Amino acid sequence: MITRPGRLAACLAALVAVFLLMPLIAVIPVSFTPNRYLSLPEGDWSLRHYRALLENPAWIRGTALSIGIGVASSLLATTLALAFSLGIWILQPRHAGVLMGIALLPMVAPPVVSALTLYFFLITLSKINNLVAYDTWAGVALAHSVMIAPFAVVLITVALAQVDRRIDMAARGMGAGLMVRVRSIILPNIRFGLLSALLLTFVLSWEEIGVTLFITSVNAVTLPRLMWMGLRDNIDPAIAAISVILIFIVVVVILAKTVWQHAAEGVQK
Amino acid sequence: MPTLPRSALLIAPLIGFTVLTYLVPFLGILRWSVTLPEPGLGQYQTALSDPLVLSVFLRTLRICAVVTLTAVSAAYMITLLWVRGSPAQRLAVELCILIPFWISVLTRAFGWLALLSNKGILNTWMQSLGILSEPLTMVRNEFGVVVGMVHFLIPFAAFPLASAMRAVDERALLAARGMGAGRARVFGQIFVPMTASGILGAALVVFVFALGFFVTPAILGGGRSVMAAELIYLRIFQSPDWGLGAAVSVILMLAVGAMLALLMRRVRPGRPQ
Repeated sequence: MITRPGRLAACLAALVAVFLLMPLIAVIPVSFTPNRYLSLPEGDWSLRHYRALLENPAWIRGTALSIGIGVASSLLATTLALAFSLGIWILQPRHAGVLMGIALLPMVAPPVVSALTLYFFLITLSKINNLVAYDTWAGVALAHSVMIAPFAVVLITVALAQVDRRIDMAARGMGAGLMVRVRSIILPNIRFGLLSALLLTFVLSWEEIGVTLFITSVNAVTLPRLMWMGLRDNIDPAIAAISVILIFIVVVVILAKTVWQHAAEGVQK
Repeated sequence: MPTLPRSALLIAPLIGFTVLTYLVPFLGILRWSVTLPEPGLGQYQTALSDPLVLSVFLRTLRICAVVTLTAVSAAYMITLLWVRGSPAQRLAVELCILIPFWISVLTRAFGWLALLSNKGILNTWMQSLGILSEPLTMVRNEFGVVVGMVHFLIPFAAFPLASAMRAVDERALLAARGMGAGRARVFGQIFVPMTASGILGAALVVFVFALGFFVTPAILGGGRSVMAAELIYLRIFQSPDWGLGAAVSVILMLAVGAMLALLMRRVRPGRPQ
């Protein structure tokens, strides 16, 4: 093809690619340092920081807490977003734009403003109960749901936009009620969008730190919060070890997904 | 009298949820900004006249401008290959964009610390090669903040750029080539102008993100180059002045709102591409 990018364009893109991957690769050697401070291992590589992850119960607790909060907030946010997007799709209300604007607000507002707003919300809740409150498990899950619901709305709305309205109209014409239409016509058609919404919202909650910093102190210490504490003052090389594990998981999942996608496209052709 | 259809019951929960957990508490922040420590617009006056706060705003704007320019240019270079490269190039670039995108902001900031700090990889290498005698300070200053933010924001700029580039009609480029324009000219006079809406969209996304960004500047700036978002954090948790923190938040919210309105205005008339 005559308009393929030339060699110069390829070189520039390669430079950017190196820039994008560099910090992810840099973490690997640092995680094997035998020292207590951030440094490169000189000669002897050590697994002490990986061992520290397993031996220090704080890391295990943080991981468990983050998984719990991620599952709870992802389920709550996706459920609310699913109902909302279905309602907009079926009803096509006149003020859909305004409703959508309200639903997406936490996503477009500056993260620090959302953090302060949710901090205000949770300390207000703390005055009337201590279950869903500042620095509690349920409080963090609730705040995360607020932040991640807009992303689920976007994914589900995109999936719904690809559903052929005529099959829904046919079902309706043959007398199917709202529940039947949703359950046996619409949901099966958007199942991939729904799954991606669940996955994305879980990941967003799992790695959320901006809001979490404002709404937790010593009790609800999620994994990112724990990493943050190890990053601020004296940099703890255990952060390198946990980072390598997290990077490894992401790379495996993305590679698997890409290979699977390409295989699927190959079959279709 | 028409009754609301049952499907309205589907829409209501999320709207109610967002109003209750987000809009109403934001009104609380507004109230803080005009009542703490005393009623009035004093905190806004402080925010717009105090030299310290003003210098934070100026630094925020400067860093955001540099970050936007750098991140969008870099994203443009890599997206070009993502959209128009050979199948192998496309796959490689896609992985280079998606993998960092899915990795947490903390891990990415930590990676830059490992590379750039005084005992980090680059300084260790350059010292052992004899290029440097003293370690070069690359983090805990504005340079580190810019590098970390550009790294975080390139994927976000790549998505709008990619959709603009996919919409470019191949035949326009071929026609220009056929009439004798060189590669550089086709790129500069045909391709770039045809993707202008994507560039504008990417720039706004990056700028808006950068404006309220907290984590990367806090880690890579090390408390020295404080930006607006970190100022809010400090005024709420470290040297409490809740009114000022709230006022700065409201100002940020207004700035972002104004820019989004601008974006909507630009996008809506929808020039045919």
